[in-house]
Amino acid sequence: MQWSDEGVVLSVRPSGETAAVVELFTRSHGRHLGLVHGGRSRKLRPVLQLGNHVDAAWKARLSEQLGFITVELRRGYAGSIMSDGDALSGLTSLTTLTRLLPERDPHPSLYEITLFVLSFLDDASVWPALMVRWEMALLEELGFGLDLTSCASTGSTENLIYVSPKSGRAVSAEAGEPYRDRLLRLPPFLAKGRQAPVTAEDIRDGFVLTGHFLESRVLAPRNETLPEARGRLAATLGRAA
Amino acid sequence: MSKKIAGPEIERLVQLLARLPGLGPRSARKAALALIKRRQDLLLPLADAIKTAVEKIVECPQCGNVDTVSPCTICRDERRDPSLIVVVEEVGDLWALERAQVVNARYHVLGGHLSPLDGIGPDKLNIGSLVGRAHSDDVKEVLLALNATVEGQSTAHYITGELARANVIVSRLAQGVPIGGELDYLDEGTLAAAIKSRRQV
Repeated sequence: MQWSDEGVVLSVRPSGETAAVVELFTRSHGRHLGLVHGGRSRKLRPVLQLGNHVDAAWKARLSEQLGFITVELRRGYAGSIMSDGDALSGLTSLTTLTRLLPERDPHPSLYEITLFVLSFLDDASVWPALMVRWEMALLEELGFGLDLTSCASTGSTENLIYVSPKSGRAVSAEAGEPYRDRLLRLPPFLAKGRQAPVTAEDIRDGFVLTGHFLESRVLAPRNETLPEARGRLAATLGRAA
Repeated sequence: MSKKIAGPEIERLVQLLARLPGLGPRSARKAALALIKRRQDLLLPLADAIKTAVEKIVECPQCGNVDTVSPCTICRDERRDPSLIVVVEEVGDLWALERAQVVNARYHVLGGHLSPLDGIGPDKLNIGSLVGRAHSDDVKEVLLALNATVEGQSTAHYITGELARANVIVSRLAQGVPIGGELDYLDEGTLAAAIKSRRQV
């Protein structure tokens, strides 16, 4: 059994003295693990940093085995954001949350979005909004996508500014007014057809929105919580709002 | 089924030696044989040294270093600059800096780095006592000498936030081209860091 693919490094665990068990998010083979010989060597350590984009080749005698992976760097994202604490938290959160995907199950569209987010991690004016969109896409891939196209109550497609925390559907300003304290805010950049500059408050609202559904629908049934890095990120961005 | 070639005591010695870094079962067997051959001048002193180490080694309550005295030798050394604390992940990093003799400061050993994968959050690292030390009047600078990895630098940024209220300068190690490094052979992450950290000459 063998394949060649491209992927993003999600985690690296030491195995023995020189090898590492590496987890990749690949384009065609989904989240996949394998043993990398010399994965802890000076040569491969810079390559096997979280978030780096690599070419990978996997080989095993049987498909259910862990197998061996060889990697070659395509593009290193980690090195360019080492001095940016928020971007590092974003990257850590992204790689940790990607591990929610089932193993060896391809998610090519999420993979594309992941690469897109990673390529903007050095631009602080862009990546926080992209990260919120990425979390929306993750929810979609996990089967818990939000329906933000029309109001859950009236069917209207205008003035959608809330999201129901129960149904995950958008709610218009008029229909949501009596329940505004119980509804989640829908930031304009996530609403279809609404063009507006993204503010820090929008980002915070976006993270609250995706965080709520990630916690209640994905993590709570698994007895897990949101990554600490994401909490730090949301707190920092919240302070900026 | 393989036959046993030695008694259980020797087998146990080999098994334990094989757990040490750098030793596999074959080299552990060689090491055990060497120890057995040199029983008086190597095995017994080694056994004594290990026994003494087990009894005496303690973690320094101030910095987290390991030593046989408490506070550790480094914390007791009055010739060291008390205004600078060098923060490292592991004791091995402290030893590496001491070997290089490039800094004459006090240290603080975190005991690892933030790692969501392993469930290591800030509460599991020696960060609280660092913040306490940083508030001392003697301390003017905290140097974060952490690994240039995503986890190491995430930890550095977290600590920077925790030290925001302390009246200290927080610095970190430079990142870039290593001594003897040729640009052609450097990975692009290192090159990116080097370009970002460029300075006027």
